[in-house]
Amino acid sequence: MSAPRSLGREAWRRLRKNRMAFACLIGFAVIALACFVGPVVCGWFGLDATTLDLELLAAPPSTAHPLGTDNLGRDLLVRVLVGGRIAIVVGLTATAVALVIGVAWGAIAGYAGGRVDAVMMRVVDVMYGFPTIVFVVVIRAVFDTHSLVSLFALIGAVSWLTMARIVRGQVLSLRQREFIEAARAIGASPARIVLYHVIPNTLGTVVVYATVLIPQAMLTETFLSFIGLGVQAPLAPWGTLVTEGSTQVAVSPWVLAGPGLAMGLTIFALNFLGDGLRDAIDPQTR
Amino acid sequence: MLRLIVSRLAGGVAVLAAVATITFLLLHAAPGGPFSRERRLQPAVQRNIEDRYHLHDPLWQQYGRYMSGLAKGDLGHSMKRPETVGAIIKRHFPYSLTLGLMAIGFAAVFGTLLGVLAAARKNTWVDYTAMSVALIGISIPSLVLGPIAIRYLALELGWVPAARADGVVGYLAPAAVLGLIYAGTIARLARASMIETLGADYIRTARAKGVSERGVVWRHGLRLGLLPVVSYLGPATAGLISGSFVVEKIFQIPGLGFYFVDSVTSRDYPVLTGLLVFYVGFLVLFNLLVDLAYGWIDPRIRHSERAA
Repeated sequence: MSAPRSLGREAWRRLRKNRMAFACLIGFAVIALACFVGPVVCGWFGLDATTLDLELLAAPPSTAHPLGTDNLGRDLLVRVLVGGRIAIVVGLTATAVALVIGVAWGAIAGYAGGRVDAVMMRVVDVMYGFPTIVFVVVIRAVFDTHSLVSLFALIGAVSWLTMARIVRGQVLSLRQREFIEAARAIGASPARIVLYHVIPNTLGTVVVYATVLIPQAMLTETFLSFIGLGVQAPLAPWGTLVTEGSTQVAVSPWVLAGPGLAMGLTIFALNFLGDGLRDAIDPQTR
Repeated sequence: MLRLIVSRLAGGVAVLAAVATITFLLLHAAPGGPFSRERRLQPAVQRNIEDRYHLHDPLWQQYGRYMSGLAKGDLGHSMKRPETVGAIIKRHFPYSLTLGLMAIGFAAVFGTLLGVLAAARKNTWVDYTAMSVALIGISIPSLVLGPIAIRYLALELGWVPAARADGVVGYLAPAAVLGLIYAGTIARLARASMIETLGADYIRTARAKGVSERGVVWRHGLRLGLLPVVSYLGPATAGLISGSFVVEKIFQIPGLGFYFVDSVTSRDYPVLTGLLVFYVGFLVLFNLLVDLAYGWIDPRIRHSERAA
C-alpha cells in the first residue's frame, strides 16, 4: 500500500461495500445530473418550465405532463428539474461558505488553545442556543435583499457552528501528534502549520459533515421561500415549488407531490450518504 | 448549585442585552422605517407621527430609553397595532408554547424509543428499520409533511381537525409534524450513546449481578445514555422556533409566529425586537433547565461542580 493515498482508497472501498450508502451516492448523482441535463432533454420533447398549457390548468399527471401541471398550466416535471438546479447550487454554495468559516474558526481555536480557544468557543456556544435563522430573516427583510449571492452567504453564515466544534475537537488531538511537533521544530509558522498540516488532516470529518450541511441549507431555503424571503421569481427552487404546492394540497396534491418527493429523496440520499461516509472514514463509530 | 444558577442567569442577561442591542442597531441602520409608505403623507403629519415615537431623537437617547424600559420589563408599544408587545405575547404565546412543548415531548419520547430499541438490537433488522424511520423523519420538510397530514388525516380520515387547534387532540398532528425532524436526530443520538454506554464496565457489572436485559437497558443504560439527548434539547428548542412558524401557518394556530413574520415585513420595530428578546430569554431559561437536568441525571457532573 502506498502511504499517502491508502487512507482515502481504504475509505472508498468500505463505502463501496456499504450498498445502501453507495446506492445513495449514485442516487444523488442521478438526481443532480437529471436537474442539470434533464431540462434540455425535455426541451426536445417540447416541454419547458415557462410555457403555459392553457388547456391543462392544474392537471393531474398524464403522458403529456408526467408530473402534472401547476395552476398556471406549467409543466411540473421541468419546473422540478430546473428548481433542483437552483436548490442544489444553493445547498452547495451555502455549504462551502459554512465550510470555510467553520473550518477556519475551529482550526484556529483548537490550535491556538488557551484563552483564544475559550473565547472563540464561547461565541459558538452562545450562538448555538440562538434562533440564528431568525437573524437571517431579519437581515433579509430589513435590507431588502433578494439576491442569490446574499442568500448563499447568509445561509452559510449561520450554519458553520457545528463544523467549528467538530474541527476544533479534531485539531485538539492533532496538535499533540509528532508530525506537528516536527513541523514546529523546523520553524514552520503557526499559519503554515494550520494550513498545510492541521487542516488537511481534518478533511475526512469535514467532508462527512458537509454532506449533512447540504440538505440543511436546502431546508433553510425552503423556510425562507415559505415566509416570502427566498429567491425572487422567475427563479423557482424547490422551496418555492413546495410552498406553492402546500397551498393547493386539498385540490391538486400532485403540485406538492412532485417537488416534495424530489426534495425528500435528495435530502434522504445525502443524509444516508453522510452516514455511510462517516462509517467508511472512521470505522470505529459503527 | 446555586452558584451555577446565578452565574448562568447573569450570562443570560448579558446575552439578552446583546441581542437587544444588535437588533436595535441593525434595525436603525436599515433603510426605510415603519412609517415610510407608498403614498406620501404631509411632511408635517409625517414628522408628528415620527416625533410621537421619538424617531428624531439622537440614536443614543432612543437606545437608552429602550434599554431602560427593557430593564423594567417593558417591551414597548407596537407601532402598527393598538397594543403593547407584552399584550401580544401574553395573548399568543400560550399557543406557541403548547405546540412547542408537545413537539419536543413527542420528539424526546419517540426519538429515545427508536434509538434505544436500535441500540439494544444493534445490527439487526430492528436497528435498520428504526434508523431508516429516523432518517426519513429527518428528510421530509414539515412544509411537505404538514399539508399531507391535513389532506389525509384531517380531510379524508377526519381523525384530527384540519385547523384551529382546540384541546390536546387538535395539537397532535401539528406537534407530530413539527417534532418529527427532531425525533429523527434524537433517535440517532440516543442510538450512538446507548451503544457506547451498553459497552461500559458498570453495565457488565450489572449483567454479572444478574440484572435482566430489560433492566440493564432501560434502568442502568438509559440514564447515562440519555445525556447527549438532554443536551441536544437546548439547540433543538432554538430550532423549533423557526420550524413552528411554518407549522403554525399550515395548521392555522394563532401563535406568535404570525406576529414575528408580520413585524418583519411591516417594519414594526418594537414588536420585532421585543419578540426576539422574549424568545432568547425563553431559550436562556430553557438551557439553564437543561443544564440542571444534566446534573440531576449524572451524579458525576453534580459532584464535580460541588467540588469546584
